Amino acid sequence: MMSRILFGFLICFLIHASYGQGLDLLDDDEPITNYTTATFKTNRVVNGHSIETVAKREFDFKISHRFGFLSGGAYELFGLDQATMRIGGDYGITDNLNIGLGRSTVDKTYDGFVKYKFLRQSSGAKEMPVSAVWMSHAGVSTLRFTQPERENLFSSRLHYVHQLLLARKFTEGLSVQLTPTLVHKNLVSADSLANDIFSLGVGIRQKLTTRTTLNFEYFYVLPDQLETNRTNVLSLGFDIETGGHVFQLFFTNSSGPFEKAFITDTNAKWLDGDVRFGFNIARIFNF
Amino acid sequence: MILVGFAALALFAFTNHGGGVYKTNTGNVSFFSHTNVEDISAINHKVKTAFDASSGKIQFSVLVKDFEFAKALMQEHFNENYMESTKFPKATFNGMIENVEAIDFSTNGNYTANVMGELTIKGVTKEVSTTSTFKVNNGTVNGMTKFILNPEDYNIEIPKVVSNKISREIEITVDADYTHSH
Repeated sequence: MMSRILFGFLICFLIHASYGQGLDLLDDDEPITNYTTATFKTNRVVNGHSIETVAKREFDFKISHRFGFLSGGAYELFGLDQATMRIGGDYGITDNLNIGLGRSTVDKTYDGFVKYKFLRQSSGAKEMPVSAVWMSHAGVSTLRFTQPERENLFSSRLHYVHQLLLARKFTEGLSVQLTPTLVHKNLVSADSLANDIFSLGVGIRQKLTTRTTLNFEYFYVLPDQLETNRTNVLSLGFDIETGGHVFQLFFTNSSGPFEKAFITDTNAKWLDGDVRFGFNIARIFNF
Repeated sequence: MILVGFAALALFAFTNHGGGVYKTNTGNVSFFSHTNVEDISAINHKVKTAFDASSGKIQFSVLVKDFEFAKALMQEHFNENYMESTKFPKATFNGMIENVEAIDFSTNGNYTANVMGELTIKGVTKEVSTTSTFKVNNGTVNGMTKFILNPEDYNIEIPKVVSNKISREIEITVDADYTHSH
């Protein structure tokens, strides 16, 4: 009996509450699709791509530096005496389709890529657990051939990269990305080495404040594909967003600012102190 | 008998008093921030709003993510850094048209009314009062108003580096074409 009276009261109270405070004139309860945005601060995690794309008609101008080894000590000013760099940019043909070009000092490489976002994480009316992007990249090394006397083909200069980027923003602060990657080298230096190199990348970002994040990135290369001295690339960095710019400051064991270089050409070990300081500066221009 | 009379009276009061509810799901809310360094504006075309022509009750529901900026990056920062729109997806207004009886919704013309109520942005509720115009045109009603608000009153933090780019007096413009719904 008592519980029935209480229940009655509760119903009255609920009805009263919905009349007193709610937006009772509006049909405001229709489910809407909430698309996830800002999974990462910018379109690179550290070295590699993130699922972020630049918006239509926006140009993201990027300058990337990686210095020498910290283990160089004070004589090398902890690596700052040497630097490799890439200058380039990403452009939004649409909000989901980007193209990019760049030139790196590493092997005097020109690169170009196409990146297409085909799934967007969403909740509400339409549920999609992850965002997904396809990225295809081609690079051409323009170093002079080391053996000019033999027959050298232009195709030997080329490499290709294909990546599937899958990311989920788990909370406002935490995003995780998995990046299965295929690197294809047209020319390798020995028969025992693979032309197609398979790897899996992991990227994690944790927000520290609304405008700064801590980023982790690692690419695991499946065994027996590369020269024996090769190591996996591990990077740890911060993103600092200041409005129009994103500054990415990081430590990494690779000097390569493009996929083929940092996934397949890294031979330094964090444990030996062979770590480099580096930064990417991204500046968005609108057209 | 008296009871039945009261019931009939109550029923009468609810069914036959005034002009019913006016609604739209495509109202416009825009804001404009002017400083010497930069002008920033954005508009939301998908505002849900309704008012009751008899009681004067008026309500708005604004999805923060639906504000459109000229620059996509600005829109992202607006949602991500300033409004935290995942945490606070909606801004709402729940108030009254104070002198609603002065508006004749059956006669074309322009009417001025004071609208007062509670504006909730980013979980912070403040009392807002603004003079509005209601333009009645063959059964449809255009409601319009402008007012100023300070983002810092609603817990919207403005970091020092952009302090001179964002005004502390943001002009809000509301413009909605209501149609009679029942």
